[in-house]
Amino acid sequence: MAVFGSAVDRPLYGRGASPGLRLTGYAFIAVLLMYYDQRGHWVQRLRYALEAAALPVQELVNSPGLGWRALSDSLRSAATLRAENQRLLQRERELDLQVMREAALEQENAELRGLRAALPPLIRHWQLAEIISVETNPLRQRIVINKGGRDGVVVNEAVVDGNGILGQVARLGPWSAEVILATDPEHAIPVQVTRNSLRSIAVGAGNSGELVLPYLAVNSDVKSGDLLVSSGLGGVFPAGLPVARISGVRREANQLLAQVRAQPLASVDRDREVILLQFDTAHPAAPAPDPPIAPAPMALPKPAPKLPDADP
Amino acid sequence: MRDQHLGLTILVTAVIALVLSIVPLPTWAAILWPQFLVLTVLYWSTMMPRAGGLLLGFASGLVLDVFEGSPLGEHALALSVASYLAIRLHLLVRAKPIFEQSLFVFAALMVYEFVLWVIDGWSGHPLSNPARWVHTVTGGLVWPLVVGILGRFHTNR
Repeated sequence: MAVFGSAVDRPLYGRGASPGLRLTGYAFIAVLLMYYDQRGHWVQRLRYALEAAALPVQELVNSPGLGWRALSDSLRSAATLRAENQRLLQRERELDLQVMREAALEQENAELRGLRAALPPLIRHWQLAEIISVETNPLRQRIVINKGGRDGVVVNEAVVDGNGILGQVARLGPWSAEVILATDPEHAIPVQVTRNSLRSIAVGAGNSGELVLPYLAVNSDVKSGDLLVSSGLGGVFPAGLPVARISGVRREANQLLAQVRAQPLASVDRDREVILLQFDTAHPAAPAPDPPIAPAPMALPKPAPKLPDADP
Repeated sequence: MRDQHLGLTILVTAVIALVLSIVPLPTWAAILWPQFLVLTVLYWSTMMPRAGGLLLGFASGLVLDVFEGSPLGEHALALSVASYLAIRLHLLVRAKPIFEQSLFVFAALMVYEFVLWVIDGWSGHPLSNPARWVHTVTGGLVWPLVVGILGRFHTNR
């Protein structure tokens, strides 16, 4: 504080460096920081530490919401809990049946593919994380979760909820991580229409209920209600995880590309917890790692999964 | 007369403004929400150019960078530039009626957002969504409020 306060009586233009000179100095430092932040230098380690320092403030700012959550949790009546328990038991039975069928299918699939050895499980490691804060505006769709580098989270780790893909880890602190949602305008995810295996890329539309598929030709075979699953390209998500359902297709005769919108299956509006997934790279359905790309002069910490190509 | 705790005052108001800047909001409000930390820096740069100085702008910008996840230095640069403008023009701006001050603030916020926009573009996050410019207008509109509130915390010099 002395730094700010002590200079009060100093004449503005008399002693010390002029504001212009100072601006030049600060601008130089800022540019240097940005440059090294891009290059994965010591600045990124500094940033990792700063993330930890920022966490208490984030938790403080979100404490009213978190507190309300805790309160409403503790005030729920026994009847509500019993009903929920009923519902979950029912659901578990259904899932058990599905798993039984799935095991048989996997076996059959392995035989069909002529694989002798049993496949390793696709998901190597998963953990639950709680949402600390949600930011959903047209420019940024992010959430902060309460698991970080110390819990084994890594950048680009897939984040899902019970219904489908939510996004991926974009930034990491020791005890927290920022997740970029699939609906963020800077996020793109390679998808595939389950009905006909048509591949494309779904880009966030900037509102929490929408993805757009900007690269589909006007004559491509998509229609409302089609299920989109991840295609396994791009190196982040494995093939076959549900992403969204097509909600509207507009074709105009004078345009080359159809305007396709989709509604994501996962949603942070409902979730309090998300699931972090790490995959076994040996599995055939695991996300194919990208070939290493030489860094561009001013390329960024990549927010979106690396896309091989933007063409349909 | 010298304000005894001016440094502390500036720090506290900046922290409160930071909390206001990162508070979670519904979508429509998030678009309209002014950048309170930037307004606070502009206020102290205009009214007390000797006290906070450019360092206040630079440091606040770094803090914003950490919270917003932008390349470290992006907001710091933008806020240093905005703060520099305010310091250089402080005599001019301070003498104007509050309505005209709002126009200056709007202009400074435009410069601030422009720097961010340019760096976003260079660093590979080009976002041309017009929503990002809305806060420059609302920021100008709430400026009288900012002056009214922050003006209570120091004697006029």
